[in-house]
Amino acid sequence: MPKLTIDGIAVEVPPNTTILQAAESVGVEIPRFCYHDRLSIAGNCRMCLVDVEKSPKPVASCAMPVGEGMVVHTKSDRANKARNGVMEFLLINHPLDCPICDQGGECDLQDQAMAYGADRGRYHENKRAVKDKYMGPVVETVMTRCIHCTRCVRFATEVAGVPQLGATGRGEDMEITSYLEGALSSELSGNVVDLCPVGALTSKPYAFNARPWELRKTESIDVMDAVGTNVRLDARGRQVLRVLPRVNEDVNEEWLADKSRHAVDGLRYQRLDQPFVRKNGKLQPASWDEAFAAIVGKVRGMSGAKFAAIAGDTVDAEAMIALKDLGTALGSANFDCRQDGAALDPAVRASYIFNSTIAGIEQADVVLIVGANPRKEAPVLNARIRKRYLRGAFQAAVIGDAADLTYKYDHLGTNADLLSKIADGSHPFAAALKNAKKPMIILGMAALTRADGAAILAAAKTVADTCGLIKDGWNGFNVLHTAAARVGGLDAGFVPGQGGKDTRGILDAAGKGEIDVVYLLGADEIDTAKLGKAFVIYQGHHGDRGAHRADVILPGAAYTEKDGTYVNTEGRVQRALRAVFPPGDAREDWTILRALSEKLGKTLPYDTLAQVRARLAFVNPLFAGVDKAQPAEWKAFGAAGAISTTGFDYPVKNYYMTDPISRASRTMAQCTEEFVLAGSKKATGTHG
Amino acid sequence: MLADKDRIFTNLYGRHDWRLAGARARGDWDGTKEILDMGSDWIIDEMKRSGLRGRGGAGFPTGLKWSFMPKTESDRPHYLVVNADEGEPGTCKDRDMLRFDPHKLVEGCLIASFAMKAHACYIYIRGEFYQEASNLQVAIDEAYAAGLIGDNACGSGWKFDLYLHRGAGAYICGEETALIESLEGKKGQPRLKPPFPAGVGLYGCPTTVNNVESIAVAPTILRRGASWFAGIGRPNNTGTKVFCISGNVNKPCNVEDAMSIPLKELIEKHAGGVRGGWDNLLGIIPGGASVPVLPKSICDTVLMDFDSLRDVKSGLGTAAVMVMDKSVDIVAAISRLSSFYKHESCGQCTPCREGTGWLARVMKRMVKGEATLGEIDTLEQVTYQIEGHTICALGDAAAWPVQGLIRHFRPELERRIRDYRDAKVREGVAA
Repeated sequence: MPKLTIDGIAVEVPPNTTILQAAESVGVEIPRFCYHDRLSIAGNCRMCLVDVEKSPKPVASCAMPVGEGMVVHTKSDRANKARNGVMEFLLINHPLDCPICDQGGECDLQDQAMAYGADRGRYHENKRAVKDKYMGPVVETVMTRCIHCTRCVRFATEVAGVPQLGATGRGEDMEITSYLEGALSSELSGNVVDLCPVGALTSKPYAFNARPWELRKTESIDVMDAVGTNVRLDARGRQVLRVLPRVNEDVNEEWLADKSRHAVDGLRYQRLDQPFVRKNGKLQPASWDEAFAAIVGKVRGMSGAKFAAIAGDTVDAEAMIALKDLGTALGSANFDCRQDGAALDPAVRASYIFNSTIAGIEQADVVLIVGANPRKEAPVLNARIRKRYLRGAFQAAVIGDAADLTYKYDHLGTNADLLSKIADGSHPFAAALKNAKKPMIILGMAALTRADGAAILAAAKTVADTCGLIKDGWNGFNVLHTAAARVGGLDAGFVPGQGGKDTRGILDAAGKGEIDVVYLLGADEIDTAKLGKAFVIYQGHHGDRGAHRADVILPGAAYTEKDGTYVNTEGRVQRALRAVFPPGDAREDWTILRALSEKLGKTLPYDTLAQVRARLAFVNPLFAGVDKAQPAEWKAFGAAGAISTTGFDYPVKNYYMTDPISRASRTMAQCTEEFVLAGSKKATGTHG
Repeated sequence: MLADKDRIFTNLYGRHDWRLAGARARGDWDGTKEILDMGSDWIIDEMKRSGLRGRGGAGFPTGLKWSFMPKTESDRPHYLVVNADEGEPGTCKDRDMLRFDPHKLVEGCLIASFAMKAHACYIYIRGEFYQEASNLQVAIDEAYAAGLIGDNACGSGWKFDLYLHRGAGAYICGEETALIESLEGKKGQPRLKPPFPAGVGLYGCPTTVNNVESIAVAPTILRRGASWFAGIGRPNNTGTKVFCISGNVNKPCNVEDAMSIPLKELIEKHAGGVRGGWDNLLGIIPGGASVPVLPKSICDTVLMDFDSLRDVKSGLGTAAVMVMDKSVDIVAAISRLSSFYKHESCGQCTPCREGTGWLARVMKRMVKGEATLGEIDTLEQVTYQIEGHTICALGDAAAWPVQGLIRHFRPELERRIRDYRDAKVREGVAA
């Protein structure tokens, strides 16, 4: 390990560390613009120049590996002079329009100009002006501000895997562009805004909305997919204005998917801000008492078996346990949190989580993806697979549609039955899995929601057992969920009890009139036409499919408006925090259920959030281990059966609209227009 | 003066047949197999002993450079890349070698590749060199047909393939790592060093990039012996060199002469002297656009080699001697060079991207004197802010001509500024 001295501090670091990293390890900060931990090294901004003894020129510390006995000065005259020079060069063609720039207050250039800039310019020529580029509905560009650090280019090429950004032109005429002025067709495109050290790329939906110092920042969890991305909610007054990613190496590193980032404007539209009761076939505004009275009138005295509850995809575990407890008290066993009817086995935790963890993807060497499109279902997780792919010595294969996943894979076919061929060893890919050190299977919802889902689950289990996916310290059996609430619901036991019905059973029974009351807790992804004549209680935050069919609507809180517990696809318990209050008369979900239980004479035994969480931890001790991915025991599960040879029907057809919030979002509508409908629109002939 | 028998490029003026038969008559491809039979260690050792310094401009010892390549071939192939992207203003030496003596280069490629255990060599030729590329391709085809290169090059058992790649007209692609990027099909932008091409070069494999002249002289050096070459010129500045003399001389020419020839002798003997006599000389740029200009007082005595030109704060560069007599507007001349560097900066790193434009704009005003006296100092400081802070040497190359101008012609700059100011004052009075 080379030893070197940085500003008089002796430091020993592993070989191939750069000077900048070594300096960081001892707390010496070196200014930089182009360098970024998670991107390749460009070394083009020249801001990180440091003085190395015996070197004739200042060296770029971001790119220079440490050497034995190096003596580095980061604050010497020569280093400072070099940086002052670079800063002057960066500023001569920068418009200095900070007062009208959205980056103001959180701008690297602004901050570092305070340290290295001069109080006046010496450049008296005309400044460069650059035409703005179109980069899609979420990225605003003011290219005159660009300092050509190429972070966005490297992100698009390396992390997002869509090489649609690049530089054209030479010298001071060089421009960062999307070449053909097309939108950046990545589900991760919003991250270039975070990466841009200046105000060249800013968030389009957030443009001119707020200054960073006006915002109240809340560290929370995203629920737009099952990854459980760690986010920061920036709110002013009663509105969440933007969502930014937080660093969590185990989950999302520092990326955030576009829907998670930009669907928040959906929280302003279509909101349920007061209770409604259906009278004479029409939903009428009502008070909480009237709404509860309507429910009590229907439910009291009814047989528990005629009551059923379905939980939606973005519901917190607290609300689910409260509803389960209430329903159980009413004598019902009809619960399900699997709106899509996925054939997951709630009894064996290892059968429904992403066992190898998201960070574990980086250790895998062979991945078999069955009935999943990670790029659409979990873009951040897909970026992890791409990261592994870029490191080499990696093989991916897909059973399902041949979608562009941003990495190369062997397309084994669309026929689901191929999985049983791998399971019995007759398919050559079985050998690839067997020969791998850490093989992995990713099973998607498209595979499990089919009628033969249980058989596919069993076949996948066989593959795991026979092809060496289960080893010491390695479990390569992974289920990729699309719903943020799913694993939490399964962990909390929001599934049919003894003799209870699952989602399909509930809908069938409601259609036949065997079930009288259906409680939809934020459940919008079911076919509401099948509910027949049942009395439907909808508790949720958006006037979406569920609310349209409801007989009573109880306005709940969205994920930004409550303290909630979510369990991500790898079984990691995470806590979301409230950033703003729910609108109008809407309330936090578990409190609504607590109040209703009292009216029904089945008062739930908890009055505070802490007590609900204690109840959760009592039901399943896993809920006490917050922020940890907890390994599950590998046990028998699945029911072997015949697998049909048809292809998969994928759950995410339009990535930008998958839940009530994103369906209400204008930004997501624009994205849908741009990316999903673009090809299908017909010109009228008068378009010019 | 170099004796005719010591000349390497005996068809520099294209008076003889440039094809294989003519080249053989001049001694090319003579005993190539025997040279290869001596082994790569011997070849690299001879090159080191000859004292040949790279002819592309930086003057790095060629033999030493070859010795940096890994001694044994691993799973990554080795490559030789020949830089024929001759774009330095004032330079036209490679051009005449390529069109009139292409077989020297082809033979050199084989020997150098063999010495560095490369089975493939790429020649990256400047896009504008159509005739040259055409002749070179003919020479390559002839060499293949004659079995001189190919699966069994010269019967030595060495498999060697030679490819010609035409550039698209960017000056920066003459920088070795930008050239590699361009060859790989990417935007021509210099790479960070380290890693150096000898470790991670073309397609991530060990690569050596050499100038055309460095490679083309290698066969003759090996045939005639390192001591012959080392005996010409001064120690550390050995051998012969092709000089390109242009500008205000009576007979502009390319000429091969010994290193360390006095600049004055070079011009008087080969170029017919400065137009209007030596006393009419204003200044000379001795090594292509990238090196600082020298005033007459230095030109009187300076020797044309790496070390003596470095001592007078200039450089040999590509040995493109640009002569300017007293009719030349020296400020306009340097301003033109600044515009050139502004146009050719790749735009990758900050000091060069922003600085070259700044220099060019201020220089443009300086031509008219439309500036303040203080701006001369600012201009000089800007050049030092660029120099040494960039990824490649283009930043330095842009800074040096302006530094040379200010160093040697500052009174001229000040005079223009005063004259311009006075004229403005007179205009004001008249109005």
